[in-house]
Amino acid sequence: MKTVYVDNNATTMVAPEVLEAMLPYFSEFYGNPSSMHFFGGQVQKKVNEAREKVADFLGAEPSEIVFTSCGTESDNAAILGTLDSYPEKRHLITTRVEHPAVDNLSTYLSRKGYRVIELSVDREGRLDLDELRESITDETILVTIMYANNETGVIFPIGEIGEIVKARGIPFHSDGVQAAGKIPLNLKKSTIDMLSISGHKLHAPKGIGVLYIRKGTKFSPFLIGGHQEKGRRGGTENVPYIIGLGEACELAKKNLEDENTRVKALRDYLESKILEKVPNTLVNGDRKNRLPNTLSVSFEYVEGESILLLLSDLGICASSGSACTSGSLEPSHVLRAMGVPFTAAHGSIRFSLSIYNTKEEMDYIVEHLPPIIQRLRDISPFWKDYLKSQGKQ
Amino acid sequence: MWDYTEKVKDHFLNPRNVGEIDNPDGVGEVGSLACGDALRLSFTLDEKKRIKDAKFKTFGCASAIASSSALTEIIKGMTLDEAAKVSNQDIANYLGGLPEEKMHCSVMGREALEAAIANYRGQKVVKEDFEIVCKCFGVTDNEIIKAIRENDLNTVEQVTYYTKAGGGCGQCHPKIEALIERVRREMEKEAPPAKPEKKKLTNIQKIKLIEETLGREIIPALKADGGDLELIDVEGNKVYVALRGKCSFCPSSEFTLKKYVETKLREFVSDDIELEEVRP
Repeated sequence: MKTVYVDNNATTMVAPEVLEAMLPYFSEFYGNPSSMHFFGGQVQKKVNEAREKVADFLGAEPSEIVFTSCGTESDNAAILGTLDSYPEKRHLITTRVEHPAVDNLSTYLSRKGYRVIELSVDREGRLDLDELRESITDETILVTIMYANNETGVIFPIGEIGEIVKARGIPFHSDGVQAAGKIPLNLKKSTIDMLSISGHKLHAPKGIGVLYIRKGTKFSPFLIGGHQEKGRRGGTENVPYIIGLGEACELAKKNLEDENTRVKALRDYLESKILEKVPNTLVNGDRKNRLPNTLSVSFEYVEGESILLLLSDLGICASSGSACTSGSLEPSHVLRAMGVPFTAAHGSIRFSLSIYNTKEEMDYIVEHLPPIIQRLRDISPFWKDYLKSQGKQ
Repeated sequence: MWDYTEKVKDHFLNPRNVGEIDNPDGVGEVGSLACGDALRLSFTLDEKKRIKDAKFKTFGCASAIASSSALTEIIKGMTLDEAAKVSNQDIANYLGGLPEEKMHCSVMGREALEAAIANYRGQKVVKEDFEIVCKCFGVTDNEIIKAIRENDLNTVEQVTYYTKAGGGCGQCHPKIEALIERVRREMEKEAPPAKPEKKKLTNIQKIKLIEETLGREIIPALKADGGDLELIDVEGNKVYVALRGKCSFCPSSEFTLKKYVETKLREFVSDDIELEEVRP
């Protein structure tokens, strides 16, 4: 059976170039970058090179790059590290559609006595910037707002948000895990103070992340230990993965145009064909401001897990915001925050592409998806009721 | 990814008895679009008042569809009194088990069956004297109590897995906890005193007792339906039987065997009896 992998917002394939670059650092070059001998020194040189590549990709200074273990650690370090720097204040602002790394941390913090404001989104998943302006107080320590949403691909106006936040002199963190590698990021020109990224979303392996910390930003280390990462994150450097991430960032920079032209065209093709062939289907999220690789669609009157398993049976790998896939009982917090009706929220499917996808693969999906939806609608009691209500039966 | 059994996958990929019966004798519907799953069950009876045909329509995940399909297979050929005794555990067992988080799918099957039987009998499903405990999913105290009793549940998490109660905002968790405590106390009080140990039997005594039990408790009932059962062998705690007559090609025979015969043999002969069917 062939595999059509369109779940790249969950994780991506490790690029062959990345793997190749990493391998020597598992075997011959095993030195500790901190060691005072040539054997460690040669490794340190490579870690520095990787840091430069990551910085170049993000439009940042190498000294502003802190390597972490994953996107979740970067988010936790940014938020907790900032709160720790302002112990006298108790207020932070985020949104209702953040990744669990930020969302569940905010819930934890509100239990610990912090006042957390979660900004709402409209039906298209967009923020109301006036709500942000009104929410900022003198007590606000930090504003943390994701760059782009993992489920819908909706991109927030980070530039404008940053200006509002900076005008009040407040640190601004953004979870850029889904944005990195998909849209251009130039941090030097931005108003972002801290940005989280995750290696495995851009063809590096799982287990490596980055926290960008703008020079001059107040920050207390989250992992307290050795002097590594200039004292901002203790722990011996994860050398092979850092080398791999450097390579992946270099590739991502090269592939950014392909991502925004060819991959975007594939996504648009898939979207238009699905809408054409499957009735009662809606696209979730602002189609004008969306990651080029992401498509979230809802099929009314059917349930997402069933769709996924039937797709999986044909080798197609996607994901869903439905309740049953996550083990929770309610549809995704993102779709609920957007007010997607229940008829559609349970039947949402996310296709997320990468540069490795092809037109043939899109055609394969377009060929097999409509019969799957029809088959489940034939089993669903609500589909016939709906047809009756429309006088179609 | 959920670890579904091959049987769940089979009943999801090839669901049995999908549809709605045109002039059904009974219809039951539970769940809703908002809750994320729903099941509409309809059945007809034959002249002997046994379930002749059963069909379902389900909106939900793979285990909801598989549970509905299993339910229709289980109840076909049963009298309504027999069907009324089918528990959610029976549905899960028929499928070789469900992930615990998905047990509410089997409960949905049992509830739809209850509703359909009540519909045939012209009764309303008794929902009086209840309190809605979980507002997110509209689950009543009676439903939670029933799930705790039937499935021997101990924790709030388990109650959520079986009934969905508490799976939304979580505000009702203290109430569910109080219910669990109350019901478990009641269950302890009601528990019958431990049965006297069954005598240790010699092999010959055991075989004789098995034969007697089959002859007295099981075979007459099967014969009444044109079936029969033959004892083939006994090895330790394993009892090998073959189905004859109508039973041998009855699709619900596996269910009949496991559930009914094994229970009887365990009751009268030995607690550790395992039944194996020998196919011709």
